[in-house]
Amino acid sequence: MTLVELELLLRRRRVWLCWALLCALPALVAVLLAVTGLAPPPGRGGAFLSAVVSNGQLFPAAALALVLPVFLPITVAIVAGDAVAGEASAGTLRYLLVRPVGRLRLLLAKLVSVTVFVLLAVLFVTVTGYLVGVALFGFGADAELGGAGGVTSLSGAVLSPAELLARTALVVGYLALCMLALGAVGLFFSTLTDSPLAAALGVLALVVASAALQPLDAAGAIEPYLPTAHWLAWIDLYRDPILWAAVREGAAVQAGYVLVAFGAAWANFATKDVTS
Amino acid sequence: MVDVIATQGLMKRYGRVTAVAGVDLRIPAGIRFGLLGPNGSGKTTLVRMLLGLVHATAGEVELLGEPMPRRAAHVLPRVGALVEGPAAWGNLSGRTNLRLIDAAGPRGRGRRQRVDEALERVGLGGIDGRPVRAYSLGMRQRLGIAAALLREPELLLLDEPTNGLDPRGIGEIRTLLTALNDAGTTVVLSSHLLGEVDALCHRVGVMDAGRLVLEEDLAALRAPTGRVLLRTPDPAAVVAELDGRVVDRSGDRLVVRHDDPAALNARLVAAGIPVAELVPERRSLEQVVLELTGHGADRVDAPRAEARP
Repeated sequence: MTLVELELLLRRRRVWLCWALLCALPALVAVLLAVTGLAPPPGRGGAFLSAVVSNGQLFPAAALALVLPVFLPITVAIVAGDAVAGEASAGTLRYLLVRPVGRLRLLLAKLVSVTVFVLLAVLFVTVTGYLVGVALFGFGADAELGGAGGVTSLSGAVLSPAELLARTALVVGYLALCMLALGAVGLFFSTLTDSPLAAALGVLALVVASAALQPLDAAGAIEPYLPTAHWLAWIDLYRDPILWAAVREGAAVQAGYVLVAFGAAWANFATKDVTS
Repeated sequence: MVDVIATQGLMKRYGRVTAVAGVDLRIPAGIRFGLLGPNGSGKTTLVRMLLGLVHATAGEVELLGEPMPRRAAHVLPRVGALVEGPAAWGNLSGRTNLRLIDAAGPRGRGRRQRVDEALERVGLGGIDGRPVRAYSLGMRQRLGIAAALLREPELLLLDEPTNGLDPRGIGEIRTLLTALNDAGTTVVLSSHLLGEVDALCHRVGVMDAGRLVLEEDLAALRAPTGRVLLRTPDPAAVVAELDGRVVDRSGDRLVVRHDDPAALNARLVAAGIPVAELVPERRSLEQVVLELTGHGADRVDAPRAEARP
């Protein structure tokens, strides 16, 4: 069932469109920066944007920072919201279940497919960011400091390309986990309704609500448990030495979301009457 | 004979609405069974409960001798089903749809051949790579039946299998189902096309308002009613000859109470009365069903004026 699910994912035009658009936004920003040379001053604009002009290798980080707040969650909401509700509204859900595919197996396959989607989404953005960044901005003047291709970390020390690659891989993993948490919530919502749109909007509502509560002092007590609270912790992975505390806490909270949301999805779906 | 489907006191409530109210249904192996009833009479909910898609509020279901939905993983591979119309992934071709739906189920060898065979059987053998989105209603229906046939099921549960097909297509599907049944597959179809059921089935069940109001062999339903329909140019002579036996008369048509049409014919001819037409009366399936069932749930009459406060 998992292989079937992956084939269904990869054959969906919508999925490729999501990936293409995710990659297109950072590429557009890179082109605009390269053409005008008007990078935002340090400390303003998107994270890393001021630095990329001097070193294209930082552009993947800037690209991730660009798509993370809105664009990436939207695509995750669309794909995860479609997971069960899409099959229900198309009627294929009943035929899968009488084939038979066990309900838990179906949900697990859906979770795997959402995982693959978010992982590839983050990965594609990173790779596109790197290619576009290096092509437009080169390896940068910092190279002289730490040998060929060296990058200055946020803390000022110089990272070798291998270190940079390792840290970028960590960032990809971390952000994929953050998005998977959202995806698992989407999967849960998707079992509640037969409308993919409603499930996707539910996920976006959660993101917006969380982002609205986050800066509120009065919401301080629940702030660490908001889904969006730890999304920016990945920036710490580019410090030297890495500041693990926020990343570790973020990973724990996001993994918690995945577990709870998937458990809720299963609890709801296992005994649900399929009338679609 | 073994029952392929046996339910006991099967009931389903959705909130305050009772969709199926205590159905005891037994369908023996090897027959062609027709499930009839108006819209909203609970046919589809019943079928969904048989397949474990909907969980019963009360009662038991046994499918192929195994309790459902507990043994679904074991039983359902031996059942082919079409539930409330076909469904497919619209962006994929019919062949890919079948391949994926087959791959989703338990492992099995020879998938490509199985898919080809199923397509061949429903008359889609030469189908190209067009996405299902572009299929006509009839093609989708055939594809849905092909999906139900994939694993050579022992039991076929088909909901409105000829929906969207033209008369020739209906004929083809009827031939296919008859052939499958002859080879040992039990065929259960639900329909509100009485002609379909009439032409195909051995036995029928009639549902109304969530209850199974009749379960009977079609042959018994269609047994002669003990009346004879008679047409003659001289009805007055018949009334005179068969005094008291004539039940109804309109123009040259008469309804006569008589058990033996041959004897009746001989008697009339002996009396010199010309007979233009003489046939034993049989109840049609339509009459039976209409007598037994009320309006479907899709008709909602306004309350009568005097009932209003």
